[in-house]
Amino acid sequence: MKQTASIISTYTADVSGVCSVLYELGGMTVIHDASGCNSTYNTHDEPRWYDMDSLVFISALSEMEAVMGDDEKLVSDIAEAARETQPRFIAVAGTPIPMLVGTDFAAIAALCEERTGLPCFGFATNGTHSYVSGASMAFDAFASRFVREGEKSETPAVNLLGATPLDFSVNGSVESMKKFLTDGGFAVCSCWAMGSTLEEIENTAQATVNLVVSASGLAAAKTLQERFGTPYVVGVPVGGRFSETLLQALRQAERTGESGVAYAGGADVSSAETVLIGEAVQSASLAAAIEAETGKRARVLCPVEAPDELLRHGDVRATDEDELVPLLKNAKTVIADPLYQPICPKNASFIPLPHEAFSGRIYRRDIPDITKSTKFILGEMKK
Amino acid sequence: MLKRVFDPDAPEAAVRVADAEFPAPFRSGLEYGAPARGPWNIVHVGMLIPESHQIYVCAQGCLRGVVLTAAEMGAQERFSTVAIRENNVLEGDMEDLIVEGVTDVLHKLPKLPPAVLVFTSCIHHFMGCDLELCYRELRLRFPGVAFTDCYMNPIMRKSGLTPDQLMRRQMYSLLEPRDMSEKSVSILGNCFPTDETSELMQMLRAGGLTVRDITWCRTYQDYLAMAESATGITMLPPSRAGGDALAERLGMKQLYLPVCWGYEENASNLDLLAETLSLPRGDDSASIERAETALRKAKTLIGGTPIAVDYTATPRPLGLARLLLEHGFNVVSVYADGFTDEEKADFDWLQKNAPDLMLRATVEVRCRVLPRETAEKTLAIGQKAAYFTGTRNFVNVVEGGGAWGFDAAVRLARELVDAHLHEKDPRTQIQPKGLGCGYCV
Repeated sequence: MKQTASIISTYTADVSGVCSVLYELGGMTVIHDASGCNSTYNTHDEPRWYDMDSLVFISALSEMEAVMGDDEKLVSDIAEAARETQPRFIAVAGTPIPMLVGTDFAAIAALCEERTGLPCFGFATNGTHSYVSGASMAFDAFASRFVREGEKSETPAVNLLGATPLDFSVNGSVESMKKFLTDGGFAVCSCWAMGSTLEEIENTAQATVNLVVSASGLAAAKTLQERFGTPYVVGVPVGGRFSETLLQALRQAERTGESGVAYAGGADVSSAETVLIGEAVQSASLAAAIEAETGKRARVLCPVEAPDELLRHGDVRATDEDELVPLLKNAKTVIADPLYQPICPKNASFIPLPHEAFSGRIYRRDIPDITKSTKFILGEMKK
Repeated sequence: MLKRVFDPDAPEAAVRVADAEFPAPFRSGLEYGAPARGPWNIVHVGMLIPESHQIYVCAQGCLRGVVLTAAEMGAQERFSTVAIRENNVLEGDMEDLIVEGVTDVLHKLPKLPPAVLVFTSCIHHFMGCDLELCYRELRLRFPGVAFTDCYMNPIMRKSGLTPDQLMRRQMYSLLEPRDMSEKSVSILGNCFPTDETSELMQMLRAGGLTVRDITWCRTYQDYLAMAESATGITMLPPSRAGGDALAERLGMKQLYLPVCWGYEENASNLDLLAETLSLPRGDDSASIERAETALRKAKTLIGGTPIAVDYTATPRPLGLARLLLEHGFNVVSVYADGFTDEEKADFDWLQKNAPDLMLRATVEVRCRVLPRETAEKTLAIGQKAAYFTGTRNFVNVVEGGGAWGFDAAVRLARELVDAHLHEKDPRTQIQPKGLGCGYCV
């Protein structure tokens, strides 16, 4: 039966995706929830919580407030908190009960904006979608509202779009991607949204091309293309050969103004004996790297949201245990988060690739720097 | 990155006890969550029922925290989920989802568990889901499995029984009537075994009673045997509803003998225990002397070192502050956002005798940006006090840790001395969920 999981974990939800994107940007993010979402987020979804302060709160919604539709309490609490903590902007994100009672987040944001004079965003997340959905909304909202018009850089310059600890942890992956780009001749204008200030994000339009490193960044890339004509390339630098392909794609996009997916094309992978489970862009990039380095094809099973353009021919979306199990049946090698291992065929070789958005902090110390430290995976695949 | 520039004594997040209102000294508003995660949650508590299986029927966002709680304690094999999606809300097929989802999960398990805890959520409550129908159908389909209804509905935390109270009630809902023995007592609603050195355990043991406690149960049959006790004992405020339910359902008479710090109240508790169970009631002077000696010794070492207490360490943080102040310790802060009625007498005493004691919030928004350090060495009792003071000298305990009676003061004194002498890393000590629950990350 769909929707059941007898043993595997579940992905970070949409509301945490919003929080993760906005964490470092100096705003205040309010999860409109009774309780629970905050502790889930700060315990399992947010590795920066202990060491880096950020204004992420819950509204502490009560039964009576939900039943009576008391939005004034939410708005006045937000205004009071903003007075106390002086954020740069305010975001309000929803959870299941606000969905059920039909909370109008756009209206809440408008009221908060009127009351505080700060830019406010409302995100109609509801806790039934994955972090990709929420993060995508948040990135896109920033692309639509915060990025200023500006002169394009005269030299190659790039933004990274879609970086959150949910996909890249806090382990040097982002720094490695930046180094890869600078070594390749691109100045890095900003990274959405790890290690960049709000000002850097606002100046995103200077870039000559955008690099989309997760599905979460795609909507923002499209908006930036529409607003500023900046083309984008989708892919994560993994392995020497595929990374070179990615660099070429960036140069080509910059030259032609046409966007593309660096790992697109190639043969149908539906019969591949190696299966990768994970987020679309990172997994497909790794699959492309494996093929480039070893000649072996790998199929991606993507359990979170991904538009068709991010999947290769033969990759599939599969959300539930009952969808995944048959697709894993003939796999000889599975590369996935360790919490997937109980549903993998016993005779398949299992290569652990922990993913913060699935197993949280459990295997955090083993999450590899995807750009620099995936030699062990490529090495295993060469055997 | 935010700068911590706020006044730690700003009235939004701190108030002198003399100026504080009871039971809620701070205004309610948006809430912050500190990364002190030792208190047990509903997953940890539910896992105390041996051989049981938990199934959560919730939205993905709600499942995430509980799934990973189970995974972090290495208990994935006793835990499953059914995800609610938007279409279930729109189509109103919530009953089907529960029944078919739970059925599907149970068919996939290697063997049927003797007991299944099905957790429904706020969504079911708001949609008026017919839970009785669901459980009736599940019991028909799986006659060999005992099902109980559990709840993850934090939206109810300000109305009616809180999720914690409900959990500590439902964890005994699978007990069935059995022949009861007057020579058996069951301790109910605790996460930690009660210290054998406590006067309560000593009196029960000396009286030859069989003592049962879910924390000692290793099999489901051990658990069911708890119903053989003619008397149940609860010690914590959130456990009382569970005791009351057993009194009503099984006729198990109930004693509420709270974890507390005052000598008089502890003596009254022992009086009640002795009278109810017809046990010999000895003199308390030796127990009190042990407590006094331990506290004196600790005070000699600790001197005037400032002490902060928090509400996760003990259900009676004000009572603990009072005990320590009465013994000359320099208690400067109590971290708590509100108090139970049981704390009123201690609150009144503190207002009169320690008016400058600061009550400090833990969830108020400023708590996120207040300085988490103190100018001088500070001793903390509890994880939140440790976090907010930034000290490395702290007693790492939640919910009293199983201490009870005069003996609790002896244990606390010993732990204070240890905390004073030995530093601990709060970053690694306070972040694991469910202190003492087998965190295996």
